[in-house]
Amino acid sequence: MTLVQVDGIFQSYGPRPILERVSLSVGEGEFISIVGASGCGKSTFLRLLLDQERPTRGQITVDGQPLKGEPDRTRGIVFQRYSVFPHLTVRDNIVAAEGLSRPLGRLFGPARRAARARADATLDRIGLAHVAHQYPAALSGGMQQRLAIAQALAAKPRILLLDEPFGALDPGTREQMHAFLTDLRQETPMTVFMVTHDLREAFKLGDRVIVFDKTRWDPHDPAAYGATITYDFDARNGGIPYQLKEDQDGSSHPAAQPAA
Amino acid sequence: MRLINRYPGPVGRVALAALPFVLVGLVYAQASAARLAENPQDRILPSFATLGGTAWRLLTEEDRRSGEILFWGDTLSSLSLLAAGVGIAALLGLVLGVAIGLIPLIRSSLQGFVAVVSMIPPLAVLPILFITLGVGDTAKIALIAIGITPFLIRDLTARTLELPQEQVVKAQTLGASTLGIALSVALPQILPRLISAIRLSLGPAWLFLIAAEAVASDSGLGYRVFLVRRFLAMDVILTYVAWITLLAFLIDWGLARLSRWLFPWAEARG
Repeated sequence: MTLVQVDGIFQSYGPRPILERVSLSVGEGEFISIVGASGCGKSTFLRLLLDQERPTRGQITVDGQPLKGEPDRTRGIVFQRYSVFPHLTVRDNIVAAEGLSRPLGRLFGPARRAARARADATLDRIGLAHVAHQYPAALSGGMQQRLAIAQALAAKPRILLLDEPFGALDPGTREQMHAFLTDLRQETPMTVFMVTHDLREAFKLGDRVIVFDKTRWDPHDPAAYGATITYDFDARNGGIPYQLKEDQDGSSHPAAQPAA
Repeated sequence: MRLINRYPGPVGRVALAALPFVLVGLVYAQASAARLAENPQDRILPSFATLGGTAWRLLTEEDRRSGEILFWGDTLSSLSLLAAGVGIAALLGLVLGVAIGLIPLIRSSLQGFVAVVSMIPPLAVLPILFITLGVGDTAKIALIAIGITPFLIRDLTARTLELPQEQVVKAQTLGASTLGIALSVALPQILPRLISAIRLSLGPAWLFLIAAEAVASDSGLGYRVFLVRRFLAMDVILTYVAWITLLAFLIDWGLARLSRWLFPWAEARG
């Protein structure tokens, strides 16, 4: 079943095109890894999915509904940095995932106590219970990202967007974070888009790996053309591009078929 | 070894910190002694002994006419005016600073206006305040507030704009409204900045207070200093100046401690 449908997106900043003719269908529960060279519009694409920016042309629909023009609770996000609130303790960062949606941005009385109990349970599960009362600045990079992911998930989004979430972590911590993310996904099925520079990570975690690149290139003016999706790999099947599979046996990814 | 790599030891640090104070004291003592040797009645540079005696008299002796100790009355009067003025300015600065920093529509409307208003020299407005508000406390409080509010607004606007955009986006994905983001994301992170902005604006605040007291008042530290100037009472003036300096220093130090105690996370961020 198609959850996210991207139709003919163009995005340019002023005269500078970033993305051209980007179309994509993503089924509910899929994990999409997005790779590509620096500056090829991966993060721009993520911001469009988040609805932090509007495309110059084209449309994105989620569940058949066009995006509303600003981020909301259906799409969670984890950035490479600055994802957690520095002025809140680790536990209150999780509580904020529930409290921020209230009129005053926080919970009071019994609701707060209940949210704190749930937050403590979450922290127990993700192995951060021992630092519940510390501030994020006192945590290591890996712990901060674990907290950021748990915070995003506490709002129970249907779609999780990850913008190079493990880019600043050392290789060992990164492996732990992969296992952590895989476990979380088994517990709560959701659709994930992850931008990464690490190809191995992209294929390890993703169901599909899509590649952004420029199909037209003017050596005298590298910024003349935008990027588009050049490859769409089935990461669960030896990394064969769907385009090739379609050519060979006529099969295609279920979500790649036009929505009925 | 290069000069930039040389650090004082524990004793050296204290000695170097004390050095300028000691030097200024010595120069004053020398100059005072020289003048007094020429004319024992000299009032311009009283000796430290005279200053001590005057200070003791000011701090303990009641005024013959009113039966009150003027020194403490002046202190109370000045500090309450200062607190009122700075308090109003802080509240306005906080509300407007966060609003301008966070909400584009308000920013478009008010940022240019605040930039222009902040260029008005507050002391030039003082006559207007005296004419419209009378020569009482209201005009003095208004002068302090008018003097430092534009700075506070601009500083806190800049601090709000410096908040990582990621946090604002993140809060939206957690379902926060504009009010929720203002109260639970921006405000708590701006409060430590408010305290440091207040610390920076305390100097101007004292300036405006003393200027207003000098022009029209019947009590207050600035009023007293300008009153006794007519009698060349340097001993009284110097005692008051030292006291004002000490008060300003203690307020500054207290605010720094308060900030560290209230916002431990702001320290760790570095």
